[in-house]
Amino acid sequence: MLQWLMGWFAYAVAIWIFAVGLYGIVTSRNWIHLAICVAVMQSSTYVMLLSIGYRTGGAAPIFVDIPPGTRAVDPVVHALMLTDVVVEATVLALIVVLAVQIHRRTGTLDPDKLLELQG
Amino acid sequence: MAGATITQVAPLPVAVPLVVAALLAGGRDRWPRSFADAAALGTAIFNVVVTAHLLALSLVQPIVYWMGGWWPRAGIAIGISFSIDAIGAGTALLASVLVAAAFVFSLKYFESVGTLFHVLMLVFLAGMCGFALTGDLFNLFVWFELMGAAAYALCGYKTEDPKTLQGALNFAVTNTVGAFLALTGVALLYGRTGALNMAQIGHALASGTQSSPDALTLASFAFITCGFLVKAAAVPFHFWLDDAHAVAPTPVCMLFSGVMVELGLYGAVRVYWAVFAGVLGTHQAELRGIITSFALLTALVGGVMCFAQTHLKRLLAFSTVSHMGIMMMGVAMLTPSGLAAIAVYVLAHGAVKAALFCYSGILLHRFATVDEMELYGRGRVMPLTGALFALSAVVLASLPPFGVFAGEAILGESAKRAGYGWVTFVASLAAALTGGAVLRVAARVFLGWGEKSERQGQKTGEKRETKAGRSGTPAMMSGAAGALVVAALVIGLAPGLKRGAEKAALDMAGTSDYQARVLDNRTIPAPSVKPAPLEPAEFARGFASVLGALALAGCALFRRRLPRVASAGLRSLSSAVVAQRKLHSGHIGDYITWLTIGVAAMGGLLSLAFR
Repeated sequence: MLQWLMGWFAYAVAIWIFAVGLYGIVTSRNWIHLAICVAVMQSSTYVMLLSIGYRTGGAAPIFVDIPPGTRAVDPVVHALMLTDVVVEATVLALIVVLAVQIHRRTGTLDPDKLLELQG
Repeated sequence: MAGATITQVAPLPVAVPLVVAALLAGGRDRWPRSFADAAALGTAIFNVVVTAHLLALSLVQPIVYWMGGWWPRAGIAIGISFSIDAIGAGTALLASVLVAAAFVFSLKYFESVGTLFHVLMLVFLAGMCGFALTGDLFNLFVWFELMGAAAYALCGYKTEDPKTLQGALNFAVTNTVGAFLALTGVALLYGRTGALNMAQIGHALASGTQSSPDALTLASFAFITCGFLVKAAAVPFHFWLDDAHAVAPTPVCMLFSGVMVELGLYGAVRVYWAVFAGVLGTHQAELRGIITSFALLTALVGGVMCFAQTHLKRLLAFSTVSHMGIMMMGVAMLTPSGLAAIAVYVLAHGAVKAALFCYSGILLHRFATVDEMELYGRGRVMPLTGALFALSAVVLASLPPFGVFAGEAILGESAKRAGYGWVTFVASLAAALTGGAVLRVAARVFLGWGEKSERQGQKTGEKRETKAGRSGTPAMMSGAAGALVVAALVIGLAPGLKRGAEKAALDMAGTSDYQARVLDNRTIPAPSVKPAPLEPAEFARGFASVLGALALAGCALFRRRLPRVASAGLRSLSSAVVAQRKLHSGHIGDYITWLTIGVAAMGGLLSLAFR
């Protein structure tokens, strides 16, 4: 069961989350909502990375109390994911700050009403 | 071990700007602006020296540097490497030079600028250098995001203007989606090969190969390439670029157009040659067709949109899109000589485009607008600036024998060899369109030619970066601009330029040599390069595109004096342009929709080609 869950099903979930986030960004009427959609889209990369590193029956990769050579999940993807979290937290904070500034200057957060930049 | 060139200075172009940025940020209330200026400029110049040293070393023999001495064991990379060849080092050098020029330019440019500007610029510099030097795929993504985050903040630096904020948001969201695409591709490749070092991934993919690459390899190639093409502003991923350039401060625009966008293309090229060249090499002809079609679209859309602008910064931004299309043609050939062409092209284009942005900054500084119509005839008081501006325009239109032309000429030769000789006509047309647009601005602003008021666009009301109505231009600003123009001219004339570029391109495109160098620490004998002199036909093409630029500028200036047939033709063309301009709506939802369509098109074409 777990093997099935972490096999193709995890990838399907990742693709689904990615698509939902994408749909949210495209149709968003509010910059804060849009920032959250970016975060949703990003979480698909977490699911993807974790399912790539998962080993059925693997222990946590901390070789202090378990003998070396024990089956363990892949720690590299965890490092990648943590880096990803940090990097995207920065970007997301920046997007939200810009959105707050837009609201302060114009009183609206709707991208449809902010069409000053054109071709 | 008689390995690749060993040097201990390889990480400095990344580490030093980051440390200085942290120190400046930490003490930003205590230190006066002059100290921040000196520290930032000093760091940029230090970077220029170190990257020039790295370039000189890597031209002899590429450098592999393992962080903390974690050398690979039995062909398995344990640590993280900087795998530096001449193209990587040269790109880092270009970034450092442009950052130094931007610092010089901004010494007297901003009325008030906090230390945070210097901090962000230094972080941006570190990100760009890291991106150009690294040999690790995940590292590539991290540097991509680091330079992205600094760039978004720099773009939205004038937070009091809603337009600026909107441009910065469009830029940030579009590029972040691009970064997710690239990260997904990296994750898939890691899942397939269990490696993150590009040389090792390439080796693993090539050794387990079937007759045709499988769906997973293709998907990761599509994701990574599209992710980097978002940064490279290939049509239809380019929509963020003109918004970002229209609102960003001028010294930042110099870096965006001069080197950041090119780095996006560099990333795609690096990953192709280091990782995918072995496994996708069986279908080179199909790949060439796919990338060429994206390149042609980019060159033409960018060129036409460029000609349609009256906002000078936006005009220059679209000219960058168009020139990215020309560079992509070089990439599309998938040959070392195509790479050599873009190596030369990127250097020359970076210098001349940064110079043009300097001049737009000088106009903004003096007259508080960058609108072509509002500036009409007002530049008559600054003839030298006008002359250099016009000179940059014809260099941009690839005037022989200067920098941009040298790149285009090599591109022409390599395209002919690949059986794609006709793409060079599109390249010349794009060069003529963008050069013509800039010449038109030069004639209107500095000579007062053409009709005065046919305003159809909106009142631009450019937010000032500086106070209006100055009588002079500080020497620092015109000096930085002039030095960049001279650099663009000299690059094309440097002896041994073609030879160096071809050697560098062979190093980058030699996939198995790259793997042997990185993984086995083997010394690869330097390839022998005997560049042929440029063909006379290429010179003719260069002059033709300059003449085309002059003719286009003349037509645009004296539209009413043209014969009726010609002006009717122009009118029907301009209605097509209006339709195209409507697509650039400034709406983030539209931009992401186009991005999705672009990714789908790339994926669809790839799956058809590799059926």
